[in-house]
Amino acid sequence: MDLTPIINGLYGIPVVGLVFQLAGYLVSVIPQNGPNIMQQATPLALGAICGVLCERSGVVNIAIEGTMLAAAFTAWVVGVAIQPMFGTPNPSDIFGITLPLLIALAAAVLVAMAISALHAWLSISLRADQIISGTIINIAAAGLTGYLNQLISQNSPAGAGEFARFVPPAALTNLPVIGWVLALLLNQGPISISVIVLVVGTQVWLFRSRWGLRTRAVGEHPRAAETVGIDVIRTRYRNVILGGVFAGLAGAFLSIEATNSFQQNMTAGRGFIALAAMIMGRWTPIGSFGAALLFATFLQIGTLINIAPPSGQLGSIMAGVPPQLFDALPYILTIVILAGVVGRSTPPAADGQPYEREAAT
Amino acid sequence: MSAPPSPAPAQARSRRSLGARAWAVLAVPALVVILSLLLGAVVILGSELIVTGRKFDPWLWFTAYAALVQGAYGSTDAVIQTLVYSTPLVFGGLAVAFGFKAGLFNIGAQGQFLVGALGAVIVGVALADAPAPIAIVAATIAGIVAGGIWGFVPGFLKAVSGAHEVVSTIMLNYVAVQLLAALVSGPLKVPKSPSPVTYDVGNAAFPIVIGATGHIGIILAIVAAGFVWWLLFRTTWGFEIRSVGANPDAARYAGMRPKLLIVATMTFSGALAGLAGTSVLLGVSHSMTSSFGTTVGFDSIAVALLARSNPLGVLPAAVLFGSMRAGAGLMQINAGIPVELVDVLQATILLFLVASPVLRRLLRLRNVEAGITTAAPSPGLGAGTAP
Amino acid sequence: MTDETGPSLAPALEMRGITKRYPGVVANDGINLQVRPGEIHALLGENGAGKTTLMNVLYGLATPDEGEILLDGKVVTISGPSDAIARGINMVHQHFMLVPVLTVAENILLGDETMANRIFLDRREAHRRIIELGRRFGFEIDPEAKVGSLSVGWQQRVEILKALYRNARILVLDEPTAVLTPQETDEIFGVLRRLAAEGHSIVFISHKLYEVLEIADRITVIRRGRVVGERLPSATDEDDLAALMVGREVQLTVDRGESHPAGVVLEVAGLEVRDDRGQPAVRGVDLEVRAGEIFGIAGVAGNGQDELVEAIVGLRKPAAGSVRLAGKDVTGHSPRMMNEDAVAYVPADRHRFGLILSFPLADNLVLTSYYRSPYARGIVRDPRAIQRDAVTSIERYDIRTPSATVRASTLSGGNQQKAVVAREFDRDLKLLVLDQPTRGLDVGSIEFIHHQVIAKRDAGTAVLLVSAELDEVLEMSDRIGVMFEGRIVAVVDGRTADKNAVGLLMATGGEERPPVPAATA
Repeated sequence: MDLTPIINGLYGIPVVGLVFQLAGYLVSVIPQNGPNIMQQATPLALGAICGVLCERSGVVNIAIEGTMLAAAFTAWVVGVAIQPMFGTPNPSDIFGITLPLLIALAAAVLVAMAISALHAWLSISLRADQIISGTIINIAAAGLTGYLNQLISQNSPAGAGEFARFVPPAALTNLPVIGWVLALLLNQGPISISVIVLVVGTQVWLFRSRWGLRTRAVGEHPRAAETVGIDVIRTRYRNVILGGVFAGLAGAFLSIEATNSFQQNMTAGRGFIALAAMIMGRWTPIGSFGAALLFATFLQIGTLINIAPPSGQLGSIMAGVPPQLFDALPYILTIVILAGVVGRSTPPAADGQPYEREAAT
Repeated sequence: MSAPPSPAPAQARSRRSLGARAWAVLAVPALVVILSLLLGAVVILGSELIVTGRKFDPWLWFTAYAALVQGAYGSTDAVIQTLVYSTPLVFGGLAVAFGFKAGLFNIGAQGQFLVGALGAVIVGVALADAPAPIAIVAATIAGIVAGGIWGFVPGFLKAVSGAHEVVSTIMLNYVAVQLLAALVSGPLKVPKSPSPVTYDVGNAAFPIVIGATGHIGIILAIVAAGFVWWLLFRTTWGFEIRSVGANPDAARYAGMRPKLLIVATMTFSGALAGLAGTSVLLGVSHSMTSSFGTTVGFDSIAVALLARSNPLGVLPAAVLFGSMRAGAGLMQINAGIPVELVDVLQATILLFLVASPVLRRLLRLRNVEAGITTAAPSPGLGAGTAP
Repeated sequence: MTDETGPSLAPALEMRGITKRYPGVVANDGINLQVRPGEIHALLGENGAGKTTLMNVLYGLATPDEGEILLDGKVVTISGPSDAIARGINMVHQHFMLVPVLTVAENILLGDETMANRIFLDRREAHRRIIELGRRFGFEIDPEAKVGSLSVGWQQRVEILKALYRNARILVLDEPTAVLTPQETDEIFGVLRRLAAEGHSIVFISHKLYEVLEIADRITVIRRGRVVGERLPSATDEDDLAALMVGREVQLTVDRGESHPAGVVLEVAGLEVRDDRGQPAVRGVDLEVRAGEIFGIAGVAGNGQDELVEAIVGLRKPAAGSVRLAGKDVTGHSPRMMNEDAVAYVPADRHRFGLILSFPLADNLVLTSYYRSPYARGIVRDPRAIQRDAVTSIERYDIRTPSATVRASTLSGGNQQKAVVAREFDRDLKLLVLDQPTRGLDVGSIEFIHHQVIAKRDAGTAVLLVSAELDEVLEMSDRIGVMFEGRIVAVVDGRTADKNAVGLLMATGGEERPPVPAATA
């Protein structure tokens, strides 16, 4: 059946027709861009898991942004530095994996864990205000990577190399509906493809394992956890540092998988959007992943409208809108969603509160 | 517990000499700055190794710091220029400190700074040919109002829906950058200019009152610090704001209105940050490009933290960071160290500051307020009351 | 030491010469305590006497400065809660150590998990054991229920199950009945007797004399950190124990004199209030409080008392109904307006709601009047007037403090509450609303505050008193309203009220029906 006349009729209705045109535009572009949306969602989802692990144990971590940035820089700079030592390595067939890339990835994760350990030390042991501690780490990461990036770019270095995307067989991606989902999840590089596994894994881990039960208890009522012999301080340290692994993966994704470069402040607020996704996902990995996909869709649409604007009446209206507005869209949307859902979403009861073992000694 | 608490600490505090009290207040910040400079020297030496094709100079750190000091204080003009650099940091530092006092973390000073400058440039350009007093006052008010609006939004959202101000102000920073870019390369752009730039504010520019570059904003900043101090510590509004910051529940039970105070505080904080943007625009740049003012917002957080949220402490803290910004240019020329080293120094100062309980233990300082926490310490087992 | 209780068994637990010092106070001073197997041993002392510190030492939460602990005659060192648990010592804390958002099973498992493998929990096996344990002690419990949705009585059972699940041999209960109705108390006592009969040793911490006499096999009394006597219930009575506990002959009841009620001051009609989650908490309350009388509200915590009080003083908007003050409709007025109308309010939690602990005492004394003359002219504060009146209040209300400029956090609990009382009482009042005004205070401060309240009543103020301590309501009130599930189910005369009758009303609302089946919901 040919729907064209009906669609044209709907598009022609004054004002309301624009809504249909927008819907039509989204319906036509979103499926094609499934893998790209997943690319946008990857750092958000990984950052949100980092947030979930920290906050479920009672530590607010707004240093995710800075941790990601430092990890992105580390992955890139380590890749640049060691690439020459290996000559021209043959990328493997799957994911274009090379030894230097793996070393770069490991370095990024280690640096992210170290930064998380710093945040843990400041906020758990020194009982500094956790938001201030996180902000300082963000400022420090931006300052140090900016400074070093300035120095290194004086040498005009070669690239660090990058992971390649896996191309799933056409037989799979051509399946109706499911094919689209498979393409979204599988037409990815190694970090991005592992996100779905990590999301499900951390979800089960959090709600079915001993570690998870203790983590949740420590984040809700640390004193109760302590009275049954759980080491609150150690549990929090472990979770924050483990969270660093995920922020490290997110950072490495930005500089050696999504691109093959590092730019100053390339995280561009993704660490904070990840926190919003975590809140919207009610502090669960799966919920956060869903929220990350939503935010990612809007990030991608902002890009799409700039590069492939819609045609027709809608297109001519959008052409008059400054392109910066579409760039601002994800940030505005984060505020709107945050304001809309936050009232119905309760954080862990002891979130952000430092714990003191025995006050009077 | 029925025994009265020991009166010793309070009396001891009042009996200590002025010198001892100054030491108690200043020792930690001073040590923090010195340690950061030392660490900065290590970073300078280490970074020499990164850049290839340069001869290793073990005294490069000294060359760099000497250039930094010379750039900031080497001549009368340099000193005035340092004050000019410090002025927006005073306003921004006051903005962040004021929020801290109400228990709010305004990370959005950067966005409010940009929007404030936008407000000032729009009105300033429109009134470029009007009589100077009218143009200056109107453009300044526009900057204050614009910054205030940018602060009002997250305050309002927090009061109404509980959206945390940290996330919403950061998002608004990014929105402000895009808004500025859209306006400067769109409606505000000088039509035939090759690059996005606005017209000059003309008569709306701040008058120069000290030397060649010292505009009236410098004086305004000092007045603002005194005013904010008075507002916080000598008025009932300040009492309400500090009460809400220290214990919002108790404030509500005592008949204050925390939500209203949150909105008012964020608006006022935004207005101060807007004034920071205004002072740069009307006092220094006089027109706006799309790369306007990049670091003031985050420097402001550093200033407020170093000043421990005390409005009067904001003045020296702002001058410290202002000096670094002012001297950084000469450092880059003389020593070849990128100006971004200042960001590194600033970050290490903050890191040492937040770790200051450790420093305080090393210095054996007691009975000094915690350095950098805004939250009240959570009551521990048997804390406060005897077990 | 031997006594008349038959063959001498080695004590299951012995604490010898325990001394624990905190800055400025000796909390435990050479305490000796012996608990035999299968014994219910009461530890009696007023708030602040050192009972909790002693138990924290036993539980490894505090390290003693001197003394030793013996289990079955052997000296042991207990380095932390997990160590204590491993040795069969378990503790039910006064404020329950349960995580409200976790299920019953998760709370019980926490820290001593039944595992399916090295990583994951074995929930099925855990559920089976929990249900079985519950049945052994006479109750059905749903392991999947969220603890936060259970009544206080059921939460206590979860706490006890938690201990039994860990094979506790020595069970310490810290003020276990503080939040229970007399009927719930009886039920818990039944469980404790059954535990003792199975050979568990129980340390029962309390400051309630009649309870200790009812449940204990032996009683150790401590005062100011020292053991001042050991008694058998058969050889003592309330007066004897009270004298030991407080160190002087005390009047067990407040001498409140005759009340002379005059016109109606507070009139609440058809009041409905919702709680924070939007659920109805107060479901149609009518009450009247007259000038010169104390109207007490008895009820198990969480039956809408907090919401009722908050609606009256303006902190919460009522969903329906009206509040009238001296004939004037004040429904929905703000706290500030109520304050201006000579209504004073002492909130339940002084740390959270009553004081700003990081502020100087003087600022706390003007927390509700800071904006008025003489403390402010326009918006400008007058520090000298604030300081002057603070000094006067400190003297008049016997607040023990080095000066008016110290932070409120440095004062003891009793003196903090005196500061709140000084602030709220020190003017002519129409209505005085008190929510748990003496919770956690020492006897001296309680007496002082009770006398101040009666003085206010005799000066013609209408007093509304809410307390979870039924004893306090019975001692203080001229009339008592019993609150149950958001309603006042009965109003009785305060002088003739029978404790058990009121308790039954608190527990059931007065209707003939079985106890609330909370845990099976």
